[in-house]
Amino acid sequence: MLFFSYFKDLVGREVTVELKNDLAIRGTLHSVDQYLNIKLENTRVVDQDKYPHMLSVRNCFIRGSVVRYVQLPPEGVDIELLHDATRREARGG
Amino acid sequence: MSWAGPDDVLFSTSLASYLDKKLLVLLRDGRKLMGILRSFDQFANVVLQDACDRVIVGELYCDIPLGLYVIRGENVVLIGELDLDKEELPPNMTRVSEAEIKRAQKAERDATDLKGSMRKRMEFLDFD
Repeated sequence: MLFFSYFKDLVGREVTVELKNDLAIRGTLHSVDQYLNIKLENTRVVDQDKYPHMLSVRNCFIRGSVVRYVQLPPEGVDIELLHDATRREARGG
Repeated sequence: MSWAGPDDVLFSTSLASYLDKKLLVLLRDGRKLMGILRSFDQFANVVLQDACDRVIVGELYCDIPLGLYVIRGENVVLIGELDLDKEELPPNMTRVSEAEIKRAQKAERDATDLKGSMRKRMEFLDFD
């Protein structure tokens, strides 16, 4: 649940999602669910020339199972908070 | 599971906000299907009406009509809402017939096969 809650806090931020097929998409995080499926808004593909079919996609749903990385804005990462949350979760609380 | 109300849908990750819209579905094998979303579930199994397969080879493309498709969720990579006001593809791309795109696809496949076999034959040269 930790990463689900963590991603929920990042809603509204600009993130880059890199998929297992190497497609990287940048956009505003609209929502996340328990499977870490992601919805992005105002998306643009990082390597647009290679993926012409993505030109008119503005909003998209990405299946959690195909995500390789999510690149976050540095200010979206509070290491202290994550650290504490991890310990709390490990204790089962 | 409870049903989401009309407002919840807009803020959730549910595909409900894409219902009855024209979508682009990217599959794990690289295929690009386009169609109107008529149904879905929590696994991202989806039903597409008037589905078509968009084949792109270089600057040529073709939409091959498929009919009604049920796609198993595990094959779905991405579901994109198509902005109907925007150009769907870059202006330099030309639409061709199904026969022509199949020919272009085959030519592309043959070229990559040839490249692969050439490399294999040259392996003994050891370029390093």
